[in-house]
Amino acid sequence: MSDTQTIREQVSAAAAGHTALAIEGGGSKRFLGRGVAGQPLPVGAHRGIIDYTPSELVISARAGTPLAELEATLAAEGQMLAFEPPHFGAAATLGGTIACGLSGPRRPYAGAARDFVLGVNCINGQGDYLRFGGQVMKNVAGYDLSRTLTGSFGTLAVLLDVHLKVLPRPEREITLLQPCTVAEAITRCNHWAGQPLPLSGACHFDHQLLIRLSGTARGVAAAARTVGGEQLDDSTRFWHHLREHRLPYFNTTLPLWRLSVPPASAPLALDAACLLDWGGAQRWLATDLPADQVRNAAQTAGGHATLWRGGDRSGELFQPLPPALLALHRRLKQTFDPAGILNPGRLYAAL
Amino acid sequence: MSDTIIALLRARLPEHCVLHQEEDLRPYECDALSAYRQLPLAVVIPETLEQVRAILALCSEHRVPVVARGAGTGLSGGATPLGNGILLSMARFNRILSIDTDNRSARVQPGVTNLSISTAAEPYGLYYAPDPSSQLACSIGGNVAENAGGVHCLKYGLTTHNILALEIITIDGERLDIGGAALDSPGYDLLALMTGSEGLLGVITEVTVKLLPRPQTAQVVLAAFDSVEAAAAAVTATIASGIVPAGLELLDNPAIRAVQRFIDTGYPVDAGAILLCELDGEQEDVAAQIERVNQVFRDAGCSSLAVSRNEAERQRFWAGRKAAFPAMGRLSPDYYCMDGTIPRKHLAEVLNGIGRLSQEYGLPICNVFHAGDGNLHPLILYDANRPGELERTEELGGRILELCVGVGGTITGEHGVGMEKINQMCVQFNTAELQQFHAVKTAFDPHGLLNPGKAIPTLQRCAEFGAMHVHHGHLPHPELERF
Repeated sequence: MSDTQTIREQVSAAAAGHTALAIEGGGSKRFLGRGVAGQPLPVGAHRGIIDYTPSELVISARAGTPLAELEATLAAEGQMLAFEPPHFGAAATLGGTIACGLSGPRRPYAGAARDFVLGVNCINGQGDYLRFGGQVMKNVAGYDLSRTLTGSFGTLAVLLDVHLKVLPRPEREITLLQPCTVAEAITRCNHWAGQPLPLSGACHFDHQLLIRLSGTARGVAAAARTVGGEQLDDSTRFWHHLREHRLPYFNTTLPLWRLSVPPASAPLALDAACLLDWGGAQRWLATDLPADQVRNAAQTAGGHATLWRGGDRSGELFQPLPPALLALHRRLKQTFDPAGILNPGRLYAAL
Repeated sequence: MSDTIIALLRARLPEHCVLHQEEDLRPYECDALSAYRQLPLAVVIPETLEQVRAILALCSEHRVPVVARGAGTGLSGGATPLGNGILLSMARFNRILSIDTDNRSARVQPGVTNLSISTAAEPYGLYYAPDPSSQLACSIGGNVAENAGGVHCLKYGLTTHNILALEIITIDGERLDIGGAALDSPGYDLLALMTGSEGLLGVITEVTVKLLPRPQTAQVVLAAFDSVEAAAAAVTATIASGIVPAGLELLDNPAIRAVQRFIDTGYPVDAGAILLCELDGEQEDVAAQIERVNQVFRDAGCSSLAVSRNEAERQRFWAGRKAAFPAMGRLSPDYYCMDGTIPRKHLAEVLNGIGRLSQEYGLPICNVFHAGDGNLHPLILYDANRPGELERTEELGGRILELCVGVGGTITGEHGVGMEKINQMCVQFNTAELQQFHAVKTAFDPHGLLNPGKAIPTLQRCAEFGAMHVHHGHLPHPELERF
């Protein structure tokens, strides 16, 4: 029996018996979101690259494919996942990455995971095998459910196969370092982001702004003259450590918050230092301040906050939704998963 | 019923906001797919958010269908009125509310035209990237409803990649904020779901778009090839070389000739096909990429090659591409524009297939399209005054779309399904998938009042279409479940 058929039957049986399922890929992102009390539904064995023709800029792979394997395959052809997904462990799979909708430092300049999802094959909570989107760059037939499933934490459907747009790796990539305050960093990043410069990363912590430039060798050299700063020796290593939360900032026993705010937002009025990524649009905050205070600060700035690691994980971890929007989420969940068996509660207690 | 809803609307709205006399309704009977015409019960043109809420709440209460309309430039009949429904024109929501230069975004009302956003952002060195060919006239609300694309999608994406937030009103008159000012928002990606939903889920009353820095420079390479196959191979070679052009367009020989008869483009009229390849960005980056593209095109055997030396020349190179549709209008009384998208590797095969279908039906077809992302726009030339020719054209169009689906493509890349491609949806999606789509609609619109009958076919309709098609023996994927 094929993996697809096995998974389909497991989901159908669970739906019939109203048995909650906890979808499991590599387990590398188990720390994210709320815990799921359910029967494990392992999907890691459904793996392997299905189709990859580099000149198409598209790769299709099964959800259980290790992210590292996928990236190595692309790298061998001079290509990459431009949303630079964090792995958070060697076991990271493609399916988990898309289900969590995670994107790395290149996100503000290249796009998010959802921007590169062209299509998915999946199984909804009724055991139906469904294909949305496809392998083409432009596709407006039917609702864009493949992007809707991205970042839904497995609460709507079990991802089986994913079609992704990929991009050429830049010919040259450098990082420039400038000492400055956080306020100066926010101003500079957003000033440059409004200029036609080949930015691909902007991060600030410990009184240092790090700017990454990517493009042709000539283009990067010209941009470096505009931006200025001292060149960092091991550029690749730094952004990798930032992406994987291996910088000293993340080595903390305090609760870790992720704040997603408009990039030019002034430094938040919180009594703790943030690590700035995404040119100011993503701010990491290690703090034991009360959750309400952190959420209010993010919301006041026009964004939202997620309790990423640690802290009290019994309540909501993502920013609570307004009642009307939560009600719509519940109705949408019901259309995919009427029995409420797929990762119940992982995203919000009510979903 | 019709008198009741008109009376109720007139009671709630200023007189000039409700049109119900036939001569006033006539201008709204179709969008840019003018083969489909229908007068609505009434046209309402609200001026405030409260009026939109009141209209929708009334329609919900009295179970009257509503079709929202932006500028009416859509090509798939998404804004074709329903005879038993209200047409909701968002034309008076035409203000740019704010431009946030620090965060590079703009809050605009849905009736604002695509191009006027870029015009307003120009003083700040910013612009709105998606550029559908109708950008002078089309509205941003319509762009979101259709997930509009354009010439520069390959590098800059579609509407869905270029918006941050929406304010929508549900059929019950409830206001919802979707997305936000940050780069992502908590919960499901409803922004993606709303984008391209063709007015079936909610009415858009405000859009926050992303603005990008204007590229420092843009240059176009114009290259001629002896055959469509050679040009298609050059497209593949360009992408394989690690370049993502801002635009990569192909015109086949019939299209080149049609355009040349309309304006003097300087395009080589004997070429099998030409490619227009635009590179944009910083001066140095563009210079480096132009060198590489030139080399790729020479290696691919181009018969001539020119690079725009200044902005005037760049505009001249593009003029022919931009004149392609009006040129067809000169050549033929009517033309029908298709919108299938295919994996690029099948370009030559599908173009040849289209050529064969053109001969089979005796209807000329010109191809002018976004080669870089495999989005075909075959233009079928016909004369609607000849009995049966429109029907044959539509059948030919349907065959072309099925050809696209057969190689793993889609029936619509950027124009939407609307009424036009509703039957072909039955070819692309199976019963369970269509049922999922219908279920999603009920989560937003339980009584099916928003643009009903568009975009997602009923299973009944597909059963009838399927039966007809099996009879003709053209159905691809015979192994798949049908109904």
